[in-house]
Amino acid sequence: MAACSIEDVLAKVEKDEAEILKNITVHKELELEFDIGNLAAFDKNPADVGLFRKHKKEEFLRSLARDNTQLLINEMWKLPTERVQEAVVAKLPEPHTRLPREKPLPKPRPPTKWEEFAKLKGIPKKKKTNLVWDDVHKEWRRRWGYKRAKDDTKDWLIEVPESADPNEDQFARRLKAKNERVAKNELNRLKNIARGQKVSVQVPPKDQSKAELGKAMQLARISTASVGKFQDKLPKEKPTRTVGKKRSFQPLIGDFNMEKQRQLDLLKVMENKKPRMNVTRAVNRQMREEDAEAARHKKEGRRGGKGGKKKGRGGGGKGRGGPKSKKHHGK
Amino acid sequence: MTQLDGIVKPKTKRSKRFLQSREPKLVENIKNAMLIKGGNTSQVVTQALKDIHSLKKPNAVLYKKKNITRPFEDQTSLEFFSKKSDCSLFVFGSHNKKRPNNLVFGRMFDFHVLDMFELGIENYLSLEDFKNAKFPEGTKPMLIFAGDLFDTDNEHRRLKSLLVDFFRGPTVPCVRLSGLEHVLHFTALDGKIFLRSYRVLLKKSGCRTPRIELEEIGPSFDFSLRRVHLASDDLYKKAHKQPKQLKPKKKKNISHDAFGTKYGRLHMQKQDLSKLQTRKMKGLRKRRGEVTEEEHGSPKKAKSD
Repeated sequence: MAACSIEDVLAKVEKDEAEILKNITVHKELELEFDIGNLAAFDKNPADVGLFRKHKKEEFLRSLARDNTQLLINEMWKLPTERVQEAVVAKLPEPHTRLPREKPLPKPRPPTKWEEFAKLKGIPKKKKTNLVWDDVHKEWRRRWGYKRAKDDTKDWLIEVPESADPNEDQFARRLKAKNERVAKNELNRLKNIARGQKVSVQVPPKDQSKAELGKAMQLARISTASVGKFQDKLPKEKPTRTVGKKRSFQPLIGDFNMEKQRQLDLLKVMENKKPRMNVTRAVNRQMREEDAEAARHKKEGRRGGKGGKKKGRGGGGKGRGGPKSKKHHGK
Repeated sequence: MTQLDGIVKPKTKRSKRFLQSREPKLVENIKNAMLIKGGNTSQVVTQALKDIHSLKKPNAVLYKKKNITRPFEDQTSLEFFSKKSDCSLFVFGSHNKKRPNNLVFGRMFDFHVLDMFELGIENYLSLEDFKNAKFPEGTKPMLIFAGDLFDTDNEHRRLKSLLVDFFRGPTVPCVRLSGLEHVLHFTALDGKIFLRSYRVLLKKSGCRTPRIELEEIGPSFDFSLRRVHLASDDLYKKAHKQPKQLKPKKKKNISHDAFGTKYGRLHMQKQDLSKLQTRKMKGLRKRRGEVTEEEHGSPKKAKSD
């Protein structure tokens, strides 16, 4: 009887357990794939289209969703848990679905000129301690900044060096030197940034005009030790307009005739500077003036009577006289 | 001297922090989404954008004004918005005769469009159409994808990846079990994609794992897939590049076989048999100041036999 009861009890317990499990188990043909890190589940089973059309659509979708959610929750409840402030917290594994990044990988900072040099020479980086011993104050002080050791801005007296100008303000000189160092450092920093940027942009300018290209070629041609003297020319190459001419000098001693001729030419040119008389123009002008004068006398004579007339005639009238000594500067 | 060839040095700590927050990082922050209305939108599209905004809330920007642009024709304005609001996910809603009730889901990499999917809304019920309790804001949803299309079809697979990217929320090391309240269920079936959103009710089942009941809270969409823009393979690959520092370090001498069994190889040093402890006997006891050869040799012999 006792044995029988034990069997009964066992059977009952088994049945109960099965019933409980029935509550939370879902049967699927293909098992779901999980990405617990993203709380995601992927059900690869093809959904039953016939059932979907026959049933009410919403009901079908809801039951499908319930089953899948149950499976995901079952998986979630298997995770190791811990208690944080009266809440049961499950530890999630890393998500394993590969998703694209939002931005590209961060680039390492380009090395500064010093870093490049140090690498070339194999100079290791030295870590400087923050505190240094200050002999004056007999204590450890900061290396930099406020209340630093060996602070030369706090000197109340500076010895004037022998070589220095005694009237020069040594405090101002120190301050100036400091400011210059700061400015130099800033300039170097900016240069480093610029250099770092240039590394990434190493593309030659795309569209150069024909003239620019020609100029570049010309520059390249004469950028040799012999200033392009022995540079070959391209077939059918035109001489460039931009190229400058070299001065060439005559030999110091040589053909005397030629030298004489050159000197004379030079004198001629100098003569040319003085205005020369244009004979024809001067004559013409003289004649025009005399004509004009004669015409005026005639007028006066008619108005004034005989005397005037006679006088006018005596004056030469319409004579074609030779050129007078009066010179006209031809132009 | 602060500006040199377009390098802007931040003048305040605050602006410096702001710029740093937008720089590329080794471990990236959560992707933000921007929800953009097109030139013409219907009531359905506007409401849908609002609902998606409330699903995604702390990490989303809802653009209030119209923006006349066509993502499949010209992406420059989207790229501009992305840069402006530092968002790499977007939904663009529009409505016209040819493509009524149109939503374009997309994502960016380095402020360039990676992939875009045009989904037409065929049936829609908004959050407000379901009169019941919703989930708290910022809940990390559970995502479930059902249907073999999500595994077999290339476009659907990419869409699945995009939807996971879009809705997954922050990556967290641990999660409160009773806080798993929200399920987004995507079903690819009958040439459509059904998006349903449920609230999870945990019921007692008699054992540790609870029984699940679902209550629909909306929004619910029936989508049909329209145009698709996929990233070129090399760009897609480039976008997936993992930083070297984050790759798990290979552990030496540990291997796994096909069933996931772990194998280890140990390297032992050669045992010094002279120091082996054998059976203790009074006769073999070491005497003070006496080291005999017999004592050294005897254990070796015993072992080698």
